[in-house]
Amino acid sequence: MSDSAPVIDIRGLVKNFGSTRALDGLDLTVEKGEVHGFLGPNGAGKTTTLRVLLGSVRADGGSATVLGLDPWRDIPALHAKLAYVPGDVALWPNLTGGEVIDLLGRLQGGHDTKRRGELLEMFELDPTKKARTYSKGNRQKVALVAALASSAELYLLDEPTSGLDPLMEERFRECVRGLRADGRTVLLSSHILSEAEALSDRISIIRGGAIVESGRLSDMRHLQRLSIAAETEHELHGITDIPGLSDVVIEGTHLRCSVEPSHLAELLSHLTAAGIKTLESHPPTLEQLFLSHYGVAIDDGDDHA
Amino acid sequence: MREANAGYGTTLRLALRRDRILLPAWVIGLAVTAGSSAAATVDLYPTEESRVAAAETINASAAVVALYGRIYDPTSLGAVSMIKLTALGAAIVGIVMLFVAIRHTRGEEEPGRLELLSGGRLGRLAPVTSTLALVGGACVALALLTAAANTAAGLPWQGSLAFGLGWGATGLVYGAVGVVTAQLSTSARAARGAGLVVVAVTYALRAIGDLAEPSPGILSWLSPVGWNQQLRAYAGDRWWVLVLPLLASVALGAAAVAMRSRRDLGAGLREDRPGPATGRLGTATGLAWRLQSRVLLSWSIAFVLFGAILGSLASSVDKLLSSPAMRDFFEKIGGTAGLVDVFLGAEIAIIAAIAAAYGISASDRLRAEEVEGHAEPVLAGRTTRIRWASGHYLIALGGSALLMLLAGLSIGASASAALGDWTHLGRVVVAALAQIPAVWVVTSLVMLLFGWLPRATVAVWGLLAAFVLVGEFGALWKLPGWLMDLSPLRHAPTLPVGSDGLLPVLVLTVVAALISAVGYVGWHRRDLVG
Repeated sequence: MSDSAPVIDIRGLVKNFGSTRALDGLDLTVEKGEVHGFLGPNGAGKTTTLRVLLGSVRADGGSATVLGLDPWRDIPALHAKLAYVPGDVALWPNLTGGEVIDLLGRLQGGHDTKRRGELLEMFELDPTKKARTYSKGNRQKVALVAALASSAELYLLDEPTSGLDPLMEERFRECVRGLRADGRTVLLSSHILSEAEALSDRISIIRGGAIVESGRLSDMRHLQRLSIAAETEHELHGITDIPGLSDVVIEGTHLRCSVEPSHLAELLSHLTAAGIKTLESHPPTLEQLFLSHYGVAIDDGDDHA
Repeated sequence: MREANAGYGTTLRLALRRDRILLPAWVIGLAVTAGSSAAATVDLYPTEESRVAAAETINASAAVVALYGRIYDPTSLGAVSMIKLTALGAAIVGIVMLFVAIRHTRGEEEPGRLELLSGGRLGRLAPVTSTLALVGGACVALALLTAAANTAAGLPWQGSLAFGLGWGATGLVYGAVGVVTAQLSTSARAARGAGLVVVAVTYALRAIGDLAEPSPGILSWLSPVGWNQQLRAYAGDRWWVLVLPLLASVALGAAAVAMRSRRDLGAGLREDRPGPATGRLGTATGLAWRLQSRVLLSWSIAFVLFGAILGSLASSVDKLLSSPAMRDFFEKIGGTAGLVDVFLGAEIAIIAAIAAAYGISASDRLRAEEVEGHAEPVLAGRTTRIRWASGHYLIALGGSALLMLLAGLSIGASASAALGDWTHLGRVVVAALAQIPAVWVVTSLVMLLFGWLPRATVAVWGLLAAFVLVGEFGALWKLPGWLMDLSPLRHAPTLPVGSDGLLPVLVLTVVAALISAVGYVGWHRRDLVG
């Protein structure tokens, strides 16, 4: 495989479960060495896509190539080079966390014991506890340690931070940055925009089993909008004349809206003039993004078929 | 108490919704089995003389008494026609209710579904009490339907009511046993195993009691199956005996309530201790062995003990032939040595059906591992699907073969010691080993369904029940020969196994291999369930 060939190359992927169309002509390209955010609401087809890449389910149409191999047929060769963290981590209740980590590591082709120890410390996980006693977050850590301690070329991570507290989430982000520095490729599925934003080189947005947008985050201006909530001394006038503003709701001295970064200064000067009292700003949630940009409520994704 | 029981109605409705097909199917199926057996025997023994002759033959055969019990009134049509369903039928009812009880208690608790519910207004005891109510309701329905079916088949209604209530009461006791074992163990699988051991041991206790002189011995009174026999439906209808299972159920239910009140959600009796920080497991096969070896060890111990009890009963074969005419008759048709063979052969056939149950449960672990999400992380490594499935499947095949070997050794040694003749040992071991391919055929049906229709693997339990029923009642029900021949268990050679047994053994092995191969092909092609 040449260096320029994409690590994941999916074209027109179709998967039906009975009468439900889970994937509907999905295209996805992940380049070598990139962290690729795979964003979409629940039920959009993220996990199904990952399961096709793992060879757990067979696509009904289209093609998928992972590391130059066929994910359905070349399982042993392919799986020697990839690590996987499932979205819903189920552990054998009577094995300890340490036993599970070592088992998964060996099944993947052996892992670095030093790295394993570092990761256990980093994630503050006690490996001597029986898996049935772990919380959801701790189960997630077991899967993360097992995957991150291996030296895979490709990491498939399905909502890897679910259940982790903010501190652990930050440590996970450090790990992913480390992987990128080592030149590994990561496909990170998430429904949290800020997580994908913080880690990804590129992102792809999936809805109703198809990719609706793919590219560098800096190229997607609508993703960079800020949600603003503010309260002022005096009533606001002329706000709607500011360009780059949308979703504006004014209730007396309260304002909610979203704004493009290039017009933020203009908005702020308006607010200052009106005697600003409180100001909150945060990146849009995936839900807001879908509403404002794609003009659909998020649960429409399920009814797509 | 009231607070602890809050939400009782909700969990009961949930249980009824989840069991809306399976439980009625079992209840109706069991009642129909009783009714159709009754109807078939009504024509078989038209006169009192014919009944007495049949009853005396049954009572004289230690094999039959050990497996089914005695007929307490040889003149009674009901007592003669229900002999096979009195002890054995009650045990099957017991196993059904045991599984139902565990399914709705530990079976809900272990995967965390109960935790989901307990966020609502759900008292701690509600799952226990609603499960007892579910089992109780099912047992009442079973009792009345069975009584009606037998009455409709032409048996007297009083005896039929006693028979039905006996079944229901036995089901209630074992259901309560299930609720108790569900409190002891953190896994539903282990709770079912412990419950099955209770059924097997209580069944064996009554076998010893029934063969004792004078019969019934005290051990019959220590067994719920024994109580059902001593109720003597159609042979005196001793209603007061029903008090015993009812008291036992209340006591077991109270014990379960007490245990549940003291333990945490999700916990068993023992607290989880820390284990090793590093693991030596490194292969899918190693993992399968780790998950299954303890279960196999428990089954092995149970088989050795059960085999030893069954084998020791061989000495009663001689004793039971008290009437000289009877002895004369049997010696003419093959001698008492032949009788011992008939007895041991019948025991080995029963053991083979139980080994098939092990084969089903061990290979069904494939399906459980997949559904519980444990297969995917293993398959995300370098392990191929075939290798992963083989880990569990070979344990199922090897384990059932091991169980038959152990049972053969145990029955053979114990029978030889009882009869003072060690030539039996080798013959019994060979006869036990000769059953292995038939057990494998049953087990391979799980693999077949796992490959092509994974949601239906549970149906193999029904098939095993059907194979056993066909073996017991096929001739009585006048089923066509080809239908009865569908049961692999019928094709295994019986004692004494000679060279003519080689062909069926080979054919059954090939059939098992073919069915397994077809199952593997399906598994290789299909999507993972997740």
